[in-house]
Amino acid sequence: MNRATTVFVSYFRRRINRDVTVIKILDSESYSPTTNSIRSYVTETKESNFKKLGNLPGRPHYLDAQATTPMDPRVLDAMLPYLVSWYGNPHSRTHAYGWESEAAMEHARSQVANLIGADPKEIVFTSGATESNNIAVKGVARFYKSKKKHIITTQTEHKCVLDSCRAMEGEGFDVTYLPVTTTGIIDLNVLKESIRPDTSLVSIMTVNNEIGVKQPIEEIGAICKERKIFFHTDAAQAVGKIPLDVHKMNIDLMSISGHKIYGPKGIGALYVRRRPRVRVEPVQSGGGQERGMRSGTVPTPLVVGLGAACEIAMHEMDYDHKWMEKLSQHLLDKITSRLPNVIRNGDPVHSYPGCINLSFAYVEGESLLMALKDIALSSGSACTSASLEPSYVLRAIGTDEDLAHSSIRFGFSRFTTLEEVDYTAERTIKDVERLREMSPLWEMVQEGVDIKAIKWSQH
Amino acid sequence: MANSRSVVLKLYKTMLREALEFDSYNFRMYALRRIRDGFRENMNIKDKAEISEMISYAKENLDIIKRQTTVGKLYSAEKLIIENSEPRENKLSSEKVIA
Repeated sequence: MNRATTVFVSYFRRRINRDVTVIKILDSESYSPTTNSIRSYVTETKESNFKKLGNLPGRPHYLDAQATTPMDPRVLDAMLPYLVSWYGNPHSRTHAYGWESEAAMEHARSQVANLIGADPKEIVFTSGATESNNIAVKGVARFYKSKKKHIITTQTEHKCVLDSCRAMEGEGFDVTYLPVTTTGIIDLNVLKESIRPDTSLVSIMTVNNEIGVKQPIEEIGAICKERKIFFHTDAAQAVGKIPLDVHKMNIDLMSISGHKIYGPKGIGALYVRRRPRVRVEPVQSGGGQERGMRSGTVPTPLVVGLGAACEIAMHEMDYDHKWMEKLSQHLLDKITSRLPNVIRNGDPVHSYPGCINLSFAYVEGESLLMALKDIALSSGSACTSASLEPSYVLRAIGTDEDLAHSSIRFGFSRFTTLEEVDYTAERTIKDVERLREMSPLWEMVQEGVDIKAIKWSQH
Repeated sequence: MANSRSVVLKLYKTMLREALEFDSYNFRMYALRRIRDGFRENMNIKDKAEISEMISYAKENLDIIKRQTTVGKLYSAEKLIIENSEPRENKLSSEKVIA
């Protein structure tokens, strides 16, 4: 211990000698004045979380890549210098600390822009896709509200788009929530019919977060361009995973998330077209950073991470996509060959293979999730995973109530191994069989009773 | 050509050996798979400039692997179920990669 620490410790002892716990920490040999208390929280939670899992022979396998992805080590490697040494504010113009951070920020901006075929000036950094969606929907609607008061979106959008639209309804806008077909894809004719002279914005997501369905973005973009309506797409689940080009697809605004593409959490971006110019009213007031659309200091390390994630995604897109196809094919083949009455939710062709949503008939989804506690899975969106309600996305594609209750989403990342998928399939098959064995409904089905024809008596 | 061949082979083996040091099962398996596929993909490149470009790209990644395996070890988590249930097989398959 150096002198300063000794003085500090003795000062502490005199000041709070009543506090027994503090004294204990100070007296213990392991005391280190800098990190012990912070680290102990990490180890404690690590231990208690592990205990919660019961007697598992290890950590569960992660198959929930739509909720979030692990950060790629290459991304962390790019970020670390900006977390350790180069801490300048990128908006500081008067010294080298600011300049080096600004250069890193602008480099990241071009990395993001390259991935979607945009100009770096068209990229606005935000805190994530939720904020991007808020700025896009509310910003465009409010800016053009004097002439146009109609927004079109779909029923299967992410909660933050639906809620933003709901908020705009409160401000006097009309919102059309387009229905989707049973495969989860919108009908382009319905979209065309819904367009009104005062429609200002169409907001349709690229890849659905629950069922992995890809919407026909290029066709929607063409329709919007023809009718001179702004087209926003929430591409949080699509960027870096499938090829996207804002010019080819006529996208005017696009939301991007960092932590869905192996980047850090708490960062995202919004693409806003410059020619023809799309104007948005900022949601947040402040210092006017990010062309005034999103005030607030840009977090250099996170932005560097997002940029690196985008560059890696561009480089690895084909390779990763092939891996996703391999994994999903393996899972589907194995499960459907050994289990009857398994329904895949969403379009089997027009979808992203890294997201497979399956319904296991006559099994309750929550109990299956409980049984599969050695695999980190979800029945749908993480935002609503606390409630037992069936997902609104599945209801929108017309899934029966009982099947909507028995859905599970399998999400793969580039780090998922074939062995993990094999293990997951094996465990799922075993548990579905076990749960069906216990189910009286399953027994009746085996005996040939048509469950749907039964009139359940009401008390 | 013979010279670059031995450089590439040495780099390949070094990268695989370093990648085995990833504490996380998923990162380790990904790195091994990516390195193997990456080298195989570019096996037939003849252009010298292209080869030297690929070598420097691999060297950059080798440095990243070295740093990130260290970071990974500093903040390691419990082993995954698969690793605990079949530790030998995992190790063997990784060793096979090198040989």
